Amino acid sequence: MLSEKIIMLSDIIAEFIKTVSINLSDDIDRRLRDIADSESNPTAKKMYSCILDDLELSRKLNRPICQDTGVLQFFVEIGTDCPFIKDIERVITIAAEKATEKTPLRPNIVDPLGEMNTGNNTGYNTPYIEYKIIPDSSDLIIKVYLSGGGCALPGRSRVLMPLEGKKGIKKFVYETIAEWGVNACPPLFVGIGIGACAVTAANLSKKALLRPVDSENDDKETADFEKEIEDGLNSLGIAPLGFGGDKTVLGVNIETAGRHPATLGVGISTGCWATRKGEIVIKDDLSFEIPSHKRLKEETK
Amino acid sequence: MKKILTFPLTTEQIKDLKIGDTVYYTGLLFTARDSGHKRIIESGLPDGVSLTGGAIYHAGPIVAKDENGKEYVVSAGPTTSKRMETLEADVIEKTGVKLIIGKGGMEQRTAAACKTFGAVHCAFPGGCAVVAAQQIEKIIDSKWLNLGMPEALWVLKVKEFGPLVVSIDTKGNNLFENNRKLFDERLERLIG
Repeated sequence: MLSEKIIMLSDIIAEFIKTVSINLSDDIDRRLRDIADSESNPTAKKMYSCILDDLELSRKLNRPICQDTGVLQFFVEIGTDCPFIKDIERVITIAAEKATEKTPLRPNIVDPLGEMNTGNNTGYNTPYIEYKIIPDSSDLIIKVYLSGGGCALPGRSRVLMPLEGKKGIKKFVYETIAEWGVNACPPLFVGIGIGACAVTAANLSKKALLRPVDSENDDKETADFEKEIEDGLNSLGIAPLGFGGDKTVLGVNIETAGRHPATLGVGISTGCWATRKGEIVIKDDLSFEIPSHKRLKEETK
Repeated sequence: MKKILTFPLTTEQIKDLKIGDTVYYTGLLFTARDSGHKRIIESGLPDGVSLTGGAIYHAGPIVAKDENGKEYVVSAGPTTSKRMETLEADVIEKTGVKLIIGKGGMEQRTAAACKTFGAVHCAFPGGCAVVAAQQIEKIIDSKWLNLGMPEALWVLKVKEFGPLVVSIDTKGNNLFENNRKLFDERLERLIG
C-alpha cells in the first residue's frame, strides 16, 4: 500500500515530466532562439520559423514538442535524511507510467531483442535511474532527460591511445557529427565525456548534457576546448535539420574524470534542437521548485 | 504562393518538382516505419489499404482519445527516413506510392526507384510534431496495432501538410547527398 504522501510525490514527478516534454528548459530555449535569430540562409530561416511555430503551438495546446518523447532517464540526488529514500525507485516508475498516460507521452519501450511494446514506458529495467547520495540532507533532486531515438543515434564511446590527444578527440567528434548529425535534428547539443574507459566516458558525456548549454567547464583548459570544438563543429554548417546553414550546434559541453595513463576514453552524446531536460528540487514537505524552467513560473505570475 | 499536391498523385503532378522546392500535400497519408515496411514487403498491405497515388509518412505519432472517445493525433513529427532505405525502393515498386515523407534524406536505391517509377521524397522539418499534428484533419483507420503505437500503420487525412522540402526528385537528384558532399569537404578541411 502506498501512503498518500508517496502518491502525491509520484503526481508531482509525473507533472514535472509532462512540463519537460512540453517546454524546453530555459537555457536551451534561449540558445535556440538566438541561433534562429542570427541565421542568414533562406531555407534555414524557413526551418527555424517552423521550429519556433512548433514551440508556440505545443505550449498553447499543451502537447509534447516532439512526438518522440524518448526513453525516460533519471539522475537522482537524494539526501540520506530524505523521507522518500526507500520508495524512490517505485515512485519514479509510477510517475513514468502516469506521465505516459496523462501527458500523453509516446510509449517507446520495446522488448530489447524483439519488437513488442510494453505500452507504458516502463519494463525491462526501465526507466533508467542513476543515484547519488547527499549526506545530511533531506532534499530530493531529480534531473530528467527525455532521450529521443534520432538524437541518440550519433552516440558512441571509444578508447583512444593517449598520444592521439586533443587532436584525436576532435577528429572523433567531428567525424561522428559530420556522418550522423543530419538525422539527429540539428542544431545539436553535443556532450563529450573524457575518462578512463568506454563506460565512464559515455556516462560523462550524458552528464555533460545535463549541465546548462550556456555554462562552461570550471577548468579553464577544458572550457577552452569546449569552445574550440564548438567552433569546429559550427564550421561544418549542418543545421538546421541537415539543410545547411550558419551553425551546427546549440553548444558543446565537456565533463571529465581522471583517466588511466594508458587510455583516453572519449564518449559522445547528442541532444536535438528540442533537447528536453529538467531539474526539480523536492523538499521533505513536498514543496518543490523547477530551477530548469524558471521562466514558466515568471510567466504565470 | 503555396504549391499544393493533391491526392491521388500522378507522376504528371510531381515530375517537374526539383530538389529544394517547398510543397504541401492534401489527401491520404499512411504512416509506416521499420516494421511497417518489413510487413508490406513480407506479407503485403492490410486488406482495404491501397497506397497507389498516395503518400507514406515515416512517423510514429502519439495518438490519444478525446472526451467523446474519438482518437486524434496529439503530436506527429517525422522519423529518420534513412532507416527505411533497404526496403523503400521495393515498396515504391510494389505499391505505386508517389510521395515519401520523412526526416533527412534517403540514398541511392530509393533515388533510383524515384527516377524509374516517378516518385519523390520530401523532408518535413524534424521535431515539428505539433505543427504536423495540426495539419492532420482526422484518423481514418489504423492497422497493425499489435506492433505498438509508433510502428502501427495509421491512415490519416491531411490538409496542406508541410512545409515539405523536395529531397529526391523524379530525375533522381538528391539534396541530402549533395549536402553530404559539402559537409565532407568542410570536414576534410577541418581535420585535414
